[in-house]
Amino acid sequence: MSMTFFIPQDTTALALGSDSVALTITSELKERGLEGEIIRNGSRGMFWLEPLLEVEIDGSRLGFGPVKPSDVPGILESLNSHDKNTKPGNHPLFLGKVDQIDYLARQQRLTFSRAGVGDPLCIENYQRLSGFVGLTHAIKLKSQEIVDQIKDSGLRGRGGAAFPAGIKWQTVLDTAGEQKYIVCNADEGDSGTFADRLLMEADPYQLIEGMAIAGLAVGANQGYIYLRSEYPVAHKILNQAIERATEAGFLGENICSSGNDFFLEVRLGAGAYICGEETSLLESLEGKRGMVRAKPPLPAIEGLFGKPTVVNNVLTLGAVATILEQGSKTYKDFGMGRSRGTLAVQLAGNVKRGGVIELAFGVTLREVVEGFGCGTYSGRPIRAIQMGGPLGAFLPESQWDTPLDYESFAAIKAMIGHGGIVVFDDTVDMAAQARFAMEFCAVESCGKCTPCRIGATRGVEVIDRIVQNQDRDNNLILLTDLCDTMELGSLCAMGGMTPFPVRSALTYFTEDFGGESPREN
Amino acid sequence: MDKSANIDQLIEQFKTLPGGLLPLLRAVKHAVGYIPDESVPQIAKGFNLSRAEVHGVISFYHDFNTSPGGQHCVQICRAEACQSMGSRQIEAHAKKSLGIEYGETTKDGKVTLQPVYCLGNCACSPSIRINDDIHARVSAASFDQLMSELCSPVTNDVGAKK
Ligand SMILES: Cc1cc2nc3c(=O)[nH]c(=O)nc-3n(C[C@H](O)[C@H](O)[C@H](O)COP(=O)(O)O)c2cc1C
Ligand code: SF4
Ligand code: FES
Repeated sequence: MSMTFFIPQDTTALALGSDSVALTITSELKERGLEGEIIRNGSRGMFWLEPLLEVEIDGSRLGFGPVKPSDVPGILESLNSHDKNTKPGNHPLFLGKVDQIDYLARQQRLTFSRAGVGDPLCIENYQRLSGFVGLTHAIKLKSQEIVDQIKDSGLRGRGGAAFPAGIKWQTVLDTAGEQKYIVCNADEGDSGTFADRLLMEADPYQLIEGMAIAGLAVGANQGYIYLRSEYPVAHKILNQAIERATEAGFLGENICSSGNDFFLEVRLGAGAYICGEETSLLESLEGKRGMVRAKPPLPAIEGLFGKPTVVNNVLTLGAVATILEQGSKTYKDFGMGRSRGTLAVQLAGNVKRGGVIELAFGVTLREVVEGFGCGTYSGRPIRAIQMGGPLGAFLPESQWDTPLDYESFAAIKAMIGHGGIVVFDDTVDMAAQARFAMEFCAVESCGKCTPCRIGATRGVEVIDRIVQNQDRDNNLILLTDLCDTMELGSLCAMGGMTPFPVRSALTYFTEDFGGESPREN
Repeated sequence: MDKSANIDQLIEQFKTLPGGLLPLLRAVKHAVGYIPDESVPQIAKGFNLSRAEVHGVISFYHDFNTSPGGQHCVQICRAEACQSMGSRQIEAHAKKSLGIEYGETTKDGKVTLQPVYCLGNCACSPSIRINDDIHARVSAASFDQLMSELCSPVTNDVGAKK
């Protein structure tokens, strides 16, 4: 019986020891004189099961997880067993057929349909799973027709601001210029987010394909992926993928014999959260300090090196490949209201089953956290959820029934952002979280505007005084004033939205801020 | 090795690259371990910038240290998802057991401790990074284990392991 073993090589699987599992399988197979191929796939994004070992036998993929090296001999024995009692199904780590695992089967995977299926760098595998079909379609279309497809799909930017991608592309297409650029924002700085990383590590050709399509759509022949330096694994995989895609003719000169060139390069960030903001990112790409630019001019008109530039998030560009492959109508049929398509929810923090969960917009936060997450890792009750990264509000239980839809979240002064959900149990100190929000802003501010640069530092001091009960009433007023000033007087969302987590912590979790508890008043 | 000659070579290599200053600084850091203050005039000249501009770029980014660090860089994730899983305790434990604060290097020159804000491993927090390896679900005990592996002769064998 020939067997193929799949062991993921994405950051999280590696961080949980998947390399030593792979090594153990190699040596155990040898010792037993067994044949077997080992493929290092990307992760499926079910991180709570990593390292997830998949074994392909007779065309079906059986899962075991989470696997430690010491589990390997037992698993191999079960696979070769003819005794009914010791067959794989009786192994304690046996998960059944991987595509039938509830957590995966209940998702609506478009962008992540290929993640974890095979070797992320194998182009044949990518093509076998409909890869580069979107690009092939795009080559046959006029630029305007590609832009129209994106507009019709209703796709909005997945980086946080949710701006309609098609409208941005139209502006770049309409702006005259010999040189235009496609820039992929792969700075993924928000805590609780890792879907960009998973896409780049598990299905890098999809991003490459999306960027090449964007190039055809607006007339750009050069792309840059601005990748955060905190992602060494993604860096390695992307560089190899670009090299192979270039050799195969999907990048470089005259891509797919279309007469169009598209060159692509990865550039590393240098540990600055603010460089995720698109204008700061462009400054950084130009080799400067990452100071946020005033808008206008829009990057679509005067972007990188002053040229018309598309800046899109990794997942936005990934969705582009799907839309061109399956059609804008199919994509648009997912979702609710003005939030079309699917959202890659990232479930993180103190949660039992964390991972990437791709679903059509409209599911509630509670359905995700309870239905997929199955409660906290610690087993204690959930107390607060932070959605949308460090600039997102802390949500108390009364708000967990909000559907994941950009407008519904805006209505409760919260945001979906890049789709990260961070769960906290009842041991969390919400005053400490509010203080951290201010501290983070102080550390990461680009320094251009006073309310953000100075305000955040003052915010930390004021929260400290409130918690220590020093001149409490006045300091509470001061904190509110400070939040108002930051919201109104900041050039970008760093200073402008840091008040969101602070205010929500103060409003919904007042009892953590010292002083007399309100109930005793 | 002559540091400045080496840096001159790198400047030659990167100065014509559009937006080449950040890639250059990364390459210098890779080659020397940090960005030496003495290299600023050299870099400024090569890139046709003022020294103040080059200095401004170096100081803006957390990654560009201007003094030598230890043999190994250990980063502890301080961001929210890791906090929810007890990273504040890991942080306190690391500082205490290594006897250093963030930005400092142990007396034996082995370890420099740095904060980091998210490593993209937030579903299996708390996370730390040691050089280019990320570790998940770190506890005080597993931290100590990792540190003792770092300082044992096996791993110091000129990176023979991996
Ligand atoms: C402080 C700050 C940080 C940001 N970080 C990121 C990021 O890490 N990744 C990202 O794609 N967008 C980030 N954004 C949003 C970008 O400015 C921009 O809206 C996005 O790259 C546009 O692409 P999209 O339309 O495809 O989302 C950030 C914005 C702000 C204000
Ligand atoms: S709000 Fe803060 S980060 Fe944004 S431009 Fe102003 S100073 Fe820079
Ligand atoms: S918050 Fe620590 S890895 Fe993301």
